[in-house]
Amino acid sequence: MKYQSQAVAKPYFIAAIGLFVGQIIFGLIMGLQYVWGDFLFPEIPFNVARMVHTNLLIVWILFGFMGAAYYLIPEETENELWSPKLALAMFWIFLVAGALTILGYLLVPYARLAELTMNELLPTMGREFLEQPTITKIGIVVVALSFLLNIGMTLLKGRKTVVSLVMVIGLTGLAVFFLFAFYNPDNLVRDKFYWWWVVHLWVEGVWELILGSILAFVLIKTTGVDREVIEKWLYVIIAMTLITGIIGTGHHYYWIGTPEYWQWWGSIFSAMEPIPFFMMTIFAFNMVNKRRRNHPNQAAVLWALGTAVMAFLGAGVWGFMHTLSPVNYYTHGTQITAAHGHMAFYGAYAMIVLTMISYSMPLMNGRKAANSNKSQVVEMWAFWLMTVSMVFITLFLTGAGILQTWMQRYTDTPMSFMEAQDKIALFYWMREFAGLVFLVGLVLYIVSFFVGRNDPEAVVEEKATA
Amino acid sequence: MSEPAAQAVIGEHDRPPGDLAIWIFICAELLVFAVFFASYAFARASHVELFNQWQQTLNRDYALLNTLALITSSYFVVRAIAAVRENRPDTGLRWLLGALAMGALFLAVKSMEYAEHYSHGINLRSNLFFMFYFSLTFFHFMHVLMGMLILGVNAAILRKGGYTAENHRGMETGGSYWHMVDMVWLILFPLVYVMR
Repeated sequence: MKYQSQAVAKPYFIAAIGLFVGQIIFGLIMGLQYVWGDFLFPEIPFNVARMVHTNLLIVWILFGFMGAAYYLIPEETENELWSPKLALAMFWIFLVAGALTILGYLLVPYARLAELTMNELLPTMGREFLEQPTITKIGIVVVALSFLLNIGMTLLKGRKTVVSLVMVIGLTGLAVFFLFAFYNPDNLVRDKFYWWWVVHLWVEGVWELILGSILAFVLIKTTGVDREVIEKWLYVIIAMTLITGIIGTGHHYYWIGTPEYWQWWGSIFSAMEPIPFFMMTIFAFNMVNKRRRNHPNQAAVLWALGTAVMAFLGAGVWGFMHTLSPVNYYTHGTQITAAHGHMAFYGAYAMIVLTMISYSMPLMNGRKAANSNKSQVVEMWAFWLMTVSMVFITLFLTGAGILQTWMQRYTDTPMSFMEAQDKIALFYWMREFAGLVFLVGLVLYIVSFFVGRNDPEAVVEEKATA
Repeated sequence: MSEPAAQAVIGEHDRPPGDLAIWIFICAELLVFAVFFASYAFARASHVELFNQWQQTLNRDYALLNTLALITSSYFVVRAIAAVRENRPDTGLRWLLGALAMGALFLAVKSMEYAEHYSHGINLRSNLFFMFYFSLTFFHFMHVLMGMLILGVNAAILRKGGYTAENHRGMETGGSYWHMVDMVWLILFPLVYVMR
């Protein structure tokens, strides 16, 4: 760690991992509710479990992004963070607000929560992923603005690199597009239209910039490849991301009452969305192959390569599978969507945060470059368990989705929703099992922070320079 | 020509001109256009009458003028790079500014064309043909803007003496992108305005 203030990233990462555990537990509860309908009812109904599962995901990824920025920006700009105190204050505000919100979901009925938080003054609640009470949303904006101020001031007084600029553009976009969460028109078409400006333009737009910059940073650090080469790739990747991703929003506009041209725009542009992800895969492997040194933190390199592959598969391939409008006509909202959602979020965003944690945590814990061998071995086990089980979760959900589409949609004698659900129960059981393996992987991941702490750092032989 | 000199010339052409990254970008962009063109063909196949009927209402004089503007601008870019290679940066800059002017002419003519459509109440939602017409040409329009931005950066660097006869890779990079934008129009023009 080059700058003292980078250490503020640590609490952010710890909170991220803690919330990640919560997300997985609620995922498992909900997974079981698919096949055991009244499990934990009425204490935790399915809709509440789902809300907690998705909200925790978003919040822990945001914690991860902020931690990553607090670590990355001082190092890239070559100076201390503008205000570490502000960063810590915002950490506690965000954590407490997040925890209260989740408790609110769990302890009182959602309608009561809306009353308690005076939603009627500025109604923003009741929409998927944006369920947070308005007061929490305002809190998110305050945290985001303070965060941007802190990062922006640090950037202004220091060296400007492509990596940090791309990251700041991504983070600014994240804050700006979140503002559409406050726009809640009565017209349902308009409501959905702008709702996607938060949801889609986050995950298939500005978040990709954040992902690209973190990946570039970790690759610069671990491979020793020239910054210029990596930055050039980053330019090309973000340009393609924006060209395809922005109009690609249209793949959400097929069936919500928008004009017909969205069928074409959505199909054409979103069909191209895998390109930047594919570039990212080629980029990561190329850089690692061209490495000038073998970095002792092999776990971080594994996470970086894993991100590139899984993001391409989950976001790129599984997204493409149902993005064309004639296909989506049948698959919309089936388990195929869930399959894509799981692998894309894990592959792109969960894994990039874990990549950054893997690279930076040893340094923040006082190591020179990497954890001990023992710790890295456990971490790599965690990587494989989580990643492989996520592949299986995705495959089982895809199987369920294909059958569901077949029985419920693509037929002259469509089955009812619940009938079709009964028929695919086996896939849900298998998914639940894969989810348990994922939890084991996550537990091992946490264990990896505590094993081999007193062992010496891992070392590798320098790559022979030909 | 002596042997080493010949080798140098071969060496110069055994890689694409400009930065490799721009070629990756160009390929990706061409893929997007290719999908767009294929979609056009696919949609037209089932609406031949409609496409032919509305295609005839387009102003082909404007389109021809624009085709000439882009071809000329590409030629100017070639002359600009040739001049820089011959160590005449000032001449190179004038050619480059000429290319930018041709790009601006393209944008102006296209904007006039759009304005005419709108004054006749024609827009993206008028019919399937116009949906493709506006989408394709506007997507290309944005690429002309992007290309001009890159050429503009090239011109600014050239003015400051940033390119030499030996090292002008940035100009080749900008030029390659500009030729791509030009080439796409050379497909778009017959496809949308002429072929039926």
